[in-house]
Amino acid sequence: MSTSLASILIAVGVMLALLLGIGLVLLLSARKWKPDDDSVVEQINRILPQTQCGQCDYPGCRPYAEAIASGEADINQCPPGGEAGVKALADLLGREPKPLDASHGETKPPIVAVIDEDRCIGCKLCIQACPVDAIIGAPKMMHTVIADECTGCELCLPPCPVDCIDLVPRRRPFIWPVAGVESGSRGDSQPASSEREHA
Amino acid sequence: MHDFEVGEHLYRFPGGLRLRHHKQIACRDPLARPDMPEALYLPLQQHQGPVGELLVQVGDRVLKGQPLSRARNDREVPVHAPTSGTIREIRRWPVSWPPDSDAECLVLEPDGEETWTETESAAVEGWRQADPADLIEHIRAAGLAGLGGAMFPTAAKLRGDWPQVHTLILNGSECEPYISCDEMLMRERPGAIIEGGLILARALGAERVVIAIEDQMGAVDKSLSRALAEHDPDDVCRIVEVTTIYPEGGEKQLIQVLTGAEVPHDGLPQDLGLACLNVGTAAATRDAVIEGKPLIERIVTVSGPGIAHPRNLVALLGTPVRDLLAAAGGRHDDLERLVLGGPMSGLPLATDRIPVTKGSNCILVLRRQDTRREQPVMPCINCGECVRVCPASLLPQELFKYLKAEEYDQADSLDLFDCIECGCCAHVCPSHIPLVDWYRHGKGVLRERGIEDARAQKARQRFEAREQRLSEEKQQRRRRREQREEKLRSGGNAKSEVQAAIERARAKSTGPDKEGD
Repeated sequence: MSTSLASILIAVGVMLALLLGIGLVLLLSARKWKPDDDSVVEQINRILPQTQCGQCDYPGCRPYAEAIASGEADINQCPPGGEAGVKALADLLGREPKPLDASHGETKPPIVAVIDEDRCIGCKLCIQACPVDAIIGAPKMMHTVIADECTGCELCLPPCPVDCIDLVPRRRPFIWPVAGVESGSRGDSQPASSEREHA
Repeated sequence: MHDFEVGEHLYRFPGGLRLRHHKQIACRDPLARPDMPEALYLPLQQHQGPVGELLVQVGDRVLKGQPLSRARNDREVPVHAPTSGTIREIRRWPVSWPPDSDAECLVLEPDGEETWTETESAAVEGWRQADPADLIEHIRAAGLAGLGGAMFPTAAKLRGDWPQVHTLILNGSECEPYISCDEMLMRERPGAIIEGGLILARALGAERVVIAIEDQMGAVDKSLSRALAEHDPDDVCRIVEVTTIYPEGGEKQLIQVLTGAEVPHDGLPQDLGLACLNVGTAAATRDAVIEGKPLIERIVTVSGPGIAHPRNLVALLGTPVRDLLAAAGGRHDDLERLVLGGPMSGLPLATDRIPVTKGSNCILVLRRQDTRREQPVMPCINCGECVRVCPASLLPQELFKYLKAEEYDQADSLDLFDCIECGCCAHVCPSHIPLVDWYRHGKGVLRERGIEDARAQKARQRFEAREQRLSEEKQQRRRRREQREEKLRSGGNAKSEVQAAIERARAKSTGPDKEGD
């Protein structure tokens, strides 16, 4: 009787010791080699479209990436990234993709800001609002947008006191159409005039 | 010394098709010129690459051969006035690429005089001893771009960061049905091709020139051989007849046939010590270097079942397709489609107002019964015919499936960009799937994605730089405020400083002249 009890105790003791030992090793290694938070944020940030528009309720793409990494924000708050962006985030983070949260806005085709130079009074307010420094100008001098740098975030619209900024579709490369497939764009030139003789 | 002689043994490339040639119908008559059009429409971009700097204005009178734009680097290609006349306007006009679009064009109204600009100074004297860099400068200034159809800037093919080129291949193996402009050129101006080839070889530093022609071009072989005896005293050139299998005239395929080696996936022919140029480009090089004449005209095949009198025409660049059709006897009434290029890889033209450019090798005129558009597209049945004929050893049916499912990255990993859009797969597909349309679509989507990714990374950098700048400014402001507060707190002299400031201000207002600042 007593020998069997002793053997049970020994077995339990050994298991407990093993458990404790392994637990300790795991704990220490977790302390020592922390998962690199930055790299997760960096990977999320790479997927985000870098529009810096703030529609996700965070002041830029990186802050939103940090919020996703910390679990504070959901993955479906970025309209410029679209459904494809949500899917890429879901793949990265091992979650289920979900539809875009409509309360943050809709996905639009790429746009770029253009300043109507006749109406601009040179107040510099749009320059301060631009998250990527894509507007140049000086006080009381006409401002202009560097089209290649503009992300189409629309943040320059509200501060403009004379409403001289328009958003126009961005020039996109021509994509060969396939019957029945959304071709995406029409290229950077307008379609030929209506006198098509041999369509 | 390289260990193989290019063209000594002939090899095979995978796949390909034996097609009916249909070339002779356009070769029966000698070259002719269409009547001078009412106006020439000159797109500023007639090559792969950025547009050169415009040199003329609306209203300017220009002479034949006068540069209208200027190249600032090897990727830009200038455009020259094809005849003398007046620049009437600069406007948008239909062009062939992108399909169904228009682009900025110079409209030149000919004066009918054909007055040449001064050409002697543009020629190179004694080209056999000339400096290669000097030759390349001349070739660039003459507006040369690949006349085979791809319109790649010639100067950019002649110098670059690659090992020594030992062999220049002149591509005369025009493999696509109906197109015969190179064949006509080789028959009528063989000497110009050989001289041009020798000039290009000198510019490249190449030791040998191989002129590749198709084994069905009997007359060409004879005329070239005769010209060789006259123009090639050092025995540098070889004529090689390659088997006629479409698309053996593709650059990569031709190199594989001649050397057995494949151009690397991310590489250039130059990595193998080879350069491949079209025979038309060689003849144009000769005209530029020896006669000082820039590229202002080219041979265009006008052929197909829908044209009354198929033939090859020497057309000034900028001539509307309509004028070419008229010069070829006019079109049939039931014209269904105009194609730029051949029936396998050509582009449909939206209108006959589109002008001839440096890459326009053929205008194919098709009637309703010649097109296959009525046949319905059926699902892929995995027959594998497309795999068998693909000259690039791709898996066309797999690419199609991925592209249809919008799995563009998967298609990319199956080397979609190695597709040369020859059209063999679509030609044999029993389900009539427009496979090449899908590949062009997929490449377009992937290219746009690449551009978007680059934009996003740039935006990220700018955003981060701005954040850093703003936080630095904020810190500076805080530091200054702290310094001021520190001063106020520590100094009993704050009061006296204020007093001093008041006195200074007072002195200024009473006697500003004395202060002098």
